[in-house]
This record gives sequence, structure tokens and C-alpha cells, in this order.
Amino acid sequence: MKENSSQPLVTMKGICKSFPGVVANDCVDLELYGGEVLALLGENGAGKSTLMNILCGLYRPDSGEIEIRGQRVHIASPNDAQKLGIGMVHQNFKLVDSMTVLENIILGMKDQGFIPDMKKIRKKVLELSETYSLKVDADASIWQLSVGEQQRVEILKLLYRKAEILILDEPTAVLTPQESEELSKIIHRMRSEGKSAIFITHKMEEVMTFSDQVMVLRKGKVVAELPTAATSPKELARLMVGREVLFEIEKKPFSPGPAILELEKVCAQDDRGLAALKNINLNVRAGEIVGIAGVAGNGQRELAEVITGLRKVTSGSVKIGGKDLTNAKPLQVIKAGVAHVPQDRSQVGAVGDMSVASNLVMKEYRKKPLSTGALLFPSRISAFAKRLIEAFRISTPSTETRVKFLSGGNVQKTILAREITACRNLLIAVYPSRGLDVGATEAVRRQLVSQRDQGLGVLFVSEDIDELEQLADTIAVMFEGSIMAVLPGGSADVETLGLLMAGVQPSNSCDRSNS
Amino acid sequence: MDLVTSILTITIRAGTSLVLATIGEILTERSGILNLGIEGIMLMGAVTSFAVSYYTHNLVLALLVAAGVGAMLAAIHAFLSVTMRANQVVSGLSVTLFGTGFASFLGQRLGPASNNFRLVGLKGAKFTPIIVPGLSDIPIIGAIFQQDLISYSMYLLVPLAWFFLFKTRPGLWLRSVGEDPKTADAMGIDVIKTKYRYTIIGGMLVALGGAHLSLSYTPGWAENLTGGRGWIVVALVIFSMWNPARSIWGALLFGGINAIQFRLQASGTTIPASFLNMAPYLGTILVLVLMTWWEALSKKVGGPAELGNAYMREDK
Repeated sequence: MKENSSQPLVTMKGICKSFPGVVANDCVDLELYGGEVLALLGENGAGKSTLMNILCGLYRPDSGEIEIRGQRVHIASPNDAQKLGIGMVHQNFKLVDSMTVLENIILGMKDQGFIPDMKKIRKKVLELSETYSLKVDADASIWQLSVGEQQRVEILKLLYRKAEILILDEPTAVLTPQESEELSKIIHRMRSEGKSAIFITHKMEEVMTFSDQVMVLRKGKVVAELPTAATSPKELARLMVGREVLFEIEKKPFSPGPAILELEKVCAQDDRGLAALKNINLNVRAGEIVGIAGVAGNGQRELAEVITGLRKVTSGSVKIGGKDLTNAKPLQVIKAGVAHVPQDRSQVGAVGDMSVASNLVMKEYRKKPLSTGALLFPSRISAFAKRLIEAFRISTPSTETRVKFLSGGNVQKTILAREITACRNLLIAVYPSRGLDVGATEAVRRQLVSQRDQGLGVLFVSEDIDELEQLADTIAVMFEGSIMAVLPGGSADVETLGLLMAGVQPSNSCDRSNS
Repeated sequence: MDLVTSILTITIRAGTSLVLATIGEILTERSGILNLGIEGIMLMGAVTSFAVSYYTHNLVLALLVAAGVGAMLAAIHAFLSVTMRANQVVSGLSVTLFGTGFASFLGQRLGPASNNFRLVGLKGAKFTPIIVPGLSDIPIIGAIFQQDLISYSMYLLVPLAWFFLFKTRPGLWLRSVGEDPKTADAMGIDVIKTKYRYTIIGGMLVALGGAHLSLSYTPGWAENLTGGRGWIVVALVIFSMWNPARSIWGALLFGGINAIQFRLQASGTTIPASFLNMAPYLGTILVLVLMTWWEALSKKVGGPAELGNAYMREDK
């Protein structure tokens, strides 16, 4: 707590909020002082985002009070929050893709005239971007920007609205280490001007570098609030999960078998028709985890889709288990024993409006004993689902609960359970632990390793360098659709990987490169 | 030259109701609401405004009544699709079914006893072409200057609607609601109110389009007066790429083929009349398919991203 401000800037008292079947916040108290950076730590579904959505006026609490600068306030809408100087950068950015940076920045501001003075707005935005070194092209459309740039637009938007209290929901989840570094500078800069920030995270490292104070939530309740300086990542992890977390995962020694996946000079286009994959050569062997490192949007999704038959290659070949499956149909690829945990969980990975059981049998339903091929056997499906729910520790009220009501971690476990059960050759996992808490992440990682130990090939896409170093036997770094380098896991340091991810070839690197 | 000028004159006359309704529907769809009730709303606008003009000979009042009726029907659609979050296609179609049936019913009940209570065959006050001296004598371009007041207002409406949508603050708000209501909401824009507002304004313009048919183009009331123009409008909105400035081309296309086939019929061609009557619809659909296909190939931006989807803030 800072000495210079006796009165808290934000006080939330006894905040409760429940959704159908879930208590998201259970009598939560929070205090934030001027010039303070508070980290909100907790597992998925612990209620961090809900609490912040209440503070920024998107959700209404079932009960509880909010005071800003000692005044009791009623925040009924994002507008009210904005007037009180509260601004939030959401996990899924609140930007309209088809509009320009400037249009997005002024969106919703009531004090703009009937015809907004774009010259004046541009000038002010450029000033702000100069002061805080937030570089963006003011006239670009949002869809043309990288995720890092989009985040800068979000922060500019808050600064433009003179926000004093910034809420950042998992701000570094999508950034390169270098970009995270820049973000940390920006936050420090804002703090030195007396602005406060609350950021939601489940990365211990970030808590330690960014914050002054840390509050830990578990199952909607505050379990601890303490100064960052007085705690350790290990203690925080224990508080968050409620038990000791093992950061180490045991792996059998690396002894690769024959190649399961062979990509040769693969080229493909993205949805906009631009080159997304450029001459990709990559092998995955049995008993090997190949980690694909890179900032999101550099061709990782397209890579996974090309292998699984969801996207056509324009040239090159894809072989799985020695069989040529270039531009094969998804069903052929599934029959070849390939499982896919896609990047987009809610859109591609699971059907939100269908039950957990239905989602779990989506790959097995064709076969006996779950069906005759045409007729389904509900009782067997339900038993099958129960078995998987137990084996993968999916926490769901029942087999019939709709998947969209589960937390992110449990949706991911549902997908993993289905895919791993169906996997006989190759497991492709795209950001499998993105947005998951420590406990769920640990479970996901264990599953990947156990697949490898059983002699399957695993292609694993991640942005988290620590995770890659921990799991991957081989790391391939992707940048703008090319593989920058293929390194043995554990040999590369964070800095080298970070530079490669940003498209810079380290000068001392002697590894092969395709660029 | 005279022939071209006269065809163009009819083209504009035939296109006016389409432009009005297309711009109305563009505003509505930009807020993310698909209103398939256009056909019904146009018919209701046509029948009510004609009845008012017959009894009062007050054209301003006739237009006001049409706009009011359009607003009411659109408000029903807005209530069903925004507040009740019903399927917009179903809700819109039911507005059309209701509007078509009720307009036909009114056409048989609102008339004077002397005409068996029917409106068909009566004459009311109508908009007549105002010929701008001098300008109307210019070949071809002169066609623009021999139109009625509604068409002249339409000339103004097109650039105004374009300016509103792309250059003003409320226009930006409106577009953001159709593109990304979650973002608009988080930025403090009242998504629900915006959807209501532009669905209702859109309905008013659509009804005025219908009124132009019964007060000027035909003029008078007849069963199924719109002849499916409401459905053409749904297509023209796509053709316009949700841009009011482009609405003119689609309307001219439909109106133009219409005018030409009238000419052909009048000149006593051997082509069967039913084929000629079909021509504007067929032509419009063909051009639309080609355009849409071409635009899909060149990967241009499509319609509002969240068109047709219900919005609820705490939805997952």
C-alpha cells in the first residue's frame, strides 16, 4: 500500500454475482490505491474477469457496493465506468475489425460532435502514442494490425478517454517476450503518473514483475491479498490452486522412432488469400514432441489445418504414417489416427450448445459400441462420457450440461479427452493451454507428455517459451509463414527464441533457416 | 435521344420507391437487424397513404400516415427480434405475411360505400412531376428534372444517408452495432436502443417507398401493388454492399429494365407479356448473382458481421 494516498481509489465491498449454475463471485472485497498496480490472480473460473466486468459496468452485481474515491457509485453501464475514469482492456479485444484505429478510439465517446473532427482526434492520438511510445498506424483498419498493435490501440483508447484506473485482462497472453517487456514499461510509466492498474493473470512471472499488490481468487472467493514483495511464485501457485503445484513434469528419455508426419515444401494461403505457409519442411517422429514457437498469426493455425485436411495446400506434400494425405478430406485424416486440438476452442473445437456427452463422442460415434453406424445408443454414450469425465477430471454438473456453460479449462479438457481417446498416431495441439490456469495447464501438459511417452507423435503449437522448453523435444520457430529455425528443445535460451519469433535471425545462430 | 430521355424518366420514377426502401433497409441492416418485412411494410404504406390521400387530399398527411404505419410495423419486428430475440427471418416474414394480408383487407374495406367499400379504381390526390424549366430540356439529363417531389427528395436522401453513415458520429455508432455489438456495448453505445431506432427509421423509409407507388408511380391502389418490389429491395441491399450511395445503381437497373419492357409492350412486340413482366426481376437477380460472385472472388468486405444475430450482453 502506498503511503501517499490514505483513501482507496476503488473499494469493492461484498460483491456477489452468479450465473446459472455457477457462483462467479462470492462476497468479494477489493481495494485499489492511486499509483498502485494490483494483480488479480486465479484459476479459470475463479471469477477474476467477472469481478472486473462488474467494475467496468458490463455486468451488474447481484449484491455489493462499489466506492470510487470514497464516493458510493452505481456503475450500470460501461459509460458510467468511463465517466469515473475506469477503462478495461478485455481479453478479447473490444475493437471493430472493419473500422480504422481512429474510429475505434472515438467509438462510444458522447462528447464527440455530430461530425467528429478527425484532424483534431488524429493529432491528439499521435501525441499520446508519442508520449507513451505506443506506435500504431492511425488510419489502418484493425484487421490489418498484429495482436500486439491491437493491444496498443486498446491502451490508447483508454488513455484518450483519460482513464485513471486501467483494467487489463491477461494482457501478455498474446504478446512476444519483447512486446511484454514494452508493456511493462508502459504500465510503469502510467503508474509514475499516478494512474492505477488492475491486471488479471495466471502467470506468476508477470505478477512478480508488474505488480505492487496481489490478490488471489479461488472459486469466486478471495483467498489472499498480499504485497508482491512479500510472496513467491510457489506460494502464489499454492494459494491459487489450493494445493502444491509441480512445475516439473517427468518425461521418459527422448528416443524417437520413425517419422509419423512429414511435410515437404508445403505452401498454403490464409482466409484472405495471402500466403500463410511458405515452403514448410517439418517432420514429427514417434515419441517426439515438436513444439512450434511463434507469435499467433504467423501461420500456426494454417499449419494445423493443412495437416488435418481443413485447408488446402497450394503446393508441397503432407505424409502421415508414410501415406500421402496431401489435401485429404478431414475424415481420411481422422481415420489415419490424427487428433486435433484446435486453436479456436469455442468455434471449431466444441459445439457450445450441445451437451458434454455429445461433444465427447463426436469422433467415436460412428463406431461400435456407441452406435450401429446409424443408430446411437444413448446409455452407452452416457457411460462412455462418464468414463472420460472421470479420467480427465472434467468438472461439469452432468454429462448433459451444455459445453458453453463450462469454464475455459473444462472445455479444453473436454476437447482433449475426445481427441486423445481418438488419437492413434499424431496429436496436433494448437495453444492447448492458452487461457488455462495452473491446474488445468498442468493437466494438459501431462496429457501431451503421456501421449509422447506412449510412442505417438505430438505437434504442439505454443507462444509460451517456458512451456515449449519444458515439453518440446524439438522446437521449430515460425515467423510469417516460414520456419526460422529448428532447434533441439532445451538448448535455446529465451532471448534467442524471442528474437526468432520476432523474425530476427540471431547473428551467432548456426541453425538452418528457410528464409 | 427523346426515346432515351423518356425511358430514363420512367426509370427514375420506377426506381424512386426502390431507392427509398433500399436506404431504409440499409440503415436497419447496418444495426444488425435483417428485416424481411419490407414487402408487407411497403404494401401497408401504399394502402394507408392512398386511403388518406383519397379522403383528405392532403399529401403531407398521407406521407405522415405511411411513415407512422411503417414505424409501427418495424417496431413489432424490432420488439420480436431485439427484445424477444426471436429468429429475425421468421419475424420478418411474419411481418410481410401480416402486412400483405392486412393491406389487401384494408383495400377492400376502407373505400366508400359507393365503390362497394373498395379502394381499387379510385383516384386520390397524387404527386405530379414538377418540370424544371430549362434544365428539363437538356437531352438525357433532362430526365432528372421532370420528376415529382418524392423523387427530388430522394436525390437529397442518397448523399445524406451516405454522409450520415460514414462521416458522422451516430453513423459510426450505428455501423459498430451491426459489426460488433459486444464491442459497441463495451464502448458505452446503447446497442438495444440503436437497433430499435434504425429498425424503426428503416421501416418508415420502406413505407414511404410504398407510398410513392400509390401516390405517384401507379397512382392508385391495386391488389399486390408492389409486385414483389420488397423482395427486390432485399437483394438490392446486398447489391449496394450496404452503402446508400450504391443503392441508386441497383434501383436504376430494376427501374430501367422495367421502363424498357413497358416500351416494348407498348410498341406491340410479339414477345409474350408475361416474359416481359418477368424481365426486371430476372435481370436484377442475374446481375446480383454475377456481382456477388465477382465480389466474393475479389474478397471485398461483405455485410455487417453480426447481421441477423440476436444480442444479449451476458451471453456466452
